[in-house]
Amino acid sequence: MSKPCPLIEVHQLERTYIIGAEKVRALRGVDLTVYANEYVAVMGHSGSGKSTLMNVLGCLDRADKGTYRLNGIDTTRMSEGQLAHIRNRQIGFVFQSFELMGRLSALKNVELPLIYSHVPFWKRRQMAKEALNRVGLGQRIGHKPNQLSGGEKQRVAVARALVNQPSLLLADEPTGNLDSATSEGIMKLFEKLHAEGQTIIIVTHEADIAARARRIVRMRDGQIVSDLSAEQDMTRQDGHRLGIEGAAR
Amino acid sequence: MKDFLLFPLYLARLILQSALLAVGQIWVNKTRSLLTTLGIIIGVASVAAVIAALEGMNRRILENFESFGTRKIFIWPERPQTGRQKNIAYEQIRFEPEQFDGLLEHCPSVEYLSLMTSLGRLPGRFMEHTVDAVSVTGVDASWFKIENRPIVVGRPFSLLDETQGRYVCIITTQLRDKLRMDRDCAGQIIQLGSNSYVVAGMVDDKPNNAMLFGQAGEQLDAYIPYTTAAKLLYRPWIRVMASCRDSTRAEEARAEIRFFLRQTRGLKPGDPDNFGVFLMESEVRRFKQVMEMITLVAAGIVSISLLVGGVGIMNIMLVSVSERTREIGLRKAVGARPGAILTQFLVEAVVLCMIGGFFGVGLGQLLARTIANSAPLMEQAQIPGWAIAVAFGFSGGVGIVFGMFPAMKAARLNPIEALRHE
Ligand SMILES: Nc1ncnc2c1ncn2[C@@H]1O[C@H](COP(=O)(O)OP(=O)(O)O)[C@@H](O)[C@H]1O
Ligand SMILES: [Mg+2]
Repeated sequence: MSKPCPLIEVHQLERTYIIGAEKVRALRGVDLTVYANEYVAVMGHSGSGKSTLMNVLGCLDRADKGTYRLNGIDTTRMSEGQLAHIRNRQIGFVFQSFELMGRLSALKNVELPLIYSHVPFWKRRQMAKEALNRVGLGQRIGHKPNQLSGGEKQRVAVARALVNQPSLLLADEPTGNLDSATSEGIMKLFEKLHAEGQTIIIVTHEADIAARARRIVRMRDGQIVSDLSAEQDMTRQDGHRLGIEGAAR
Repeated sequence: MKDFLLFPLYLARLILQSALLAVGQIWVNKTRSLLTTLGIIIGVASVAAVIAALEGMNRRILENFESFGTRKIFIWPERPQTGRQKNIAYEQIRFEPEQFDGLLEHCPSVEYLSLMTSLGRLPGRFMEHTVDAVSVTGVDASWFKIENRPIVVGRPFSLLDETQGRYVCIITTQLRDKLRMDRDCAGQIIQLGSNSYVVAGMVDDKPNNAMLFGQAGEQLDAYIPYTTAAKLLYRPWIRVMASCRDSTRAEEARAEIRFFLRQTRGLKPGDPDNFGVFLMESEVRRFKQVMEMITLVAAGIVSISLLVGGVGIMNIMLVSVSERTREIGLRKAVGARPGAILTQFLVEAVVLCMIGGFFGVGLGQLLARTIANSAPLMEQAQIPGWAIAVAFGFSGGVGIVFGMFPAMKAARLNPIEALRHE
């Protein structure tokens, strides 16, 4: 059996923010390959470049150097319009702060990406309902965001990300604004989606959340410092902790 | 290829969606939107009102021309500005009746022709009733047709009246009433100067074209056959009136008359004309041109106020873009192309302006009605259909021009930066 074509192929990615005279090297040569149906957690301290990487992977931002192939297609030289098309069809992005439109009902919020894929309105409704059913919010379609709890809002956002059946679901600290009980619900949802075959990359700095993924990528100062399966990562972390504790003892 | 064919469909759908979105957005900010469009409303209203006023005036004046007769042609002796006859005495360039013999046969575009000569103002008397001054003019029977003044009582001049130079006359209603004649005055005898005339018929007074052609005032007029007048005068000073068959043939008629008269008056090639031919039609044409110019210039000047309105629209659109930066970021994040964002904001600006245009036309209609009631000259002031179309088109155009900059600003936003915007 030959190896399938990777979904994501990132090579020597660099991204530098320039604020006045100051330069912040948020990504300093990141290499990453992700295959379809993987469930990856990206961990790292605040400021280690996780969001920057996710934005580039989500085609929301461009790298300064390096290449990013999605489904074998190089995105580095794409026009704004082509990137928009990829964001629309191939990528679902879930933000920490939900980013729902307050004036629109849950259903209308989920329909939003479909507007830009030229789906006629009678099909939009149906597709949005199905997506809301998938995240377990089939009963709340008419509610506005301010009538929903945090967890429900994030489910609407996940439904919106899924509505166009993207090949890649990206979530940047999706539970960052939620309490642990609600977070648990969202993580169960991600597990269910992964079981259904969805490729997922999630950013988190909570170990127990990352532990639910199959693969854990750790970042520090704009570089990937470890990339292991969840089990390997756990033992290694335990080893670290034991080592530290041993040293302390 | 398929994409290429579907593109107009996508665009139409995008515009429709954007329009719905825009209406929603405007509805959310009702007060603000209305205040913003005030500039457009006032601009459109004033353009509409100015055009309505000018159009009303134009129509009124043209109607006056119409009633005065646009097919009329005036011909009179005139000293040339150059050439050998430059300083000639008027006496020597007077019209002789023979110069007009056969003119109608040689000038197919000319329908009627009448020689005219004035006997001046003569005292009039009927029985014991008198008037001081009756203006007596010798004319041909066709003159009444040229002037479009039908004989309402009695009969026109007969061939016999004209060939024999009989002492008959046609009088105006005012003269009949002033002399206290019977309503059916035909056959009664009146004295004009030193001669007695049988009243053959009566014409109505001239319609009052006070505005254009001066107050008609008292119309104590009597008309006698030209031949009769010619008998009474030593050498009558002749003017000529004619009419063309159709106002579109006025220039042809002029050319024919000039050609004919130059021959009968013995002018050599190169000699300038020693007579003038004045076409009512060309006056009307010139007036129309002038009016069109005035309308355009006035509308243009007033449109400047629309531009001021446009600046207001641009301002509010910039505010709208910056208020909705996060929304724009989100739309881009879920796949809106820059073109879709551009269209959304452009359509919003255009819809805003069109709403302004709609209210503006309404206000303009009110203004037009007020103008119409204010002066008789403006009675017919109303906004013509084309002006409404232009007003809408113009406000839409203002929307596009002044909405473009904010819309481009929105379209160029980076999605991530926009999402991070507070
Ligand atoms: N828009 C920006 N402008 C300037 N610096 C930025 C910007 N976004 C992120 N950074 C900087 O880049 C580095 C990585 O940020 P980020 O990717 O958000 O990290 P993380 O998500 O892991 O906390 C940080 O030092 C941060 O300050
Ligand atoms: Mg982050």
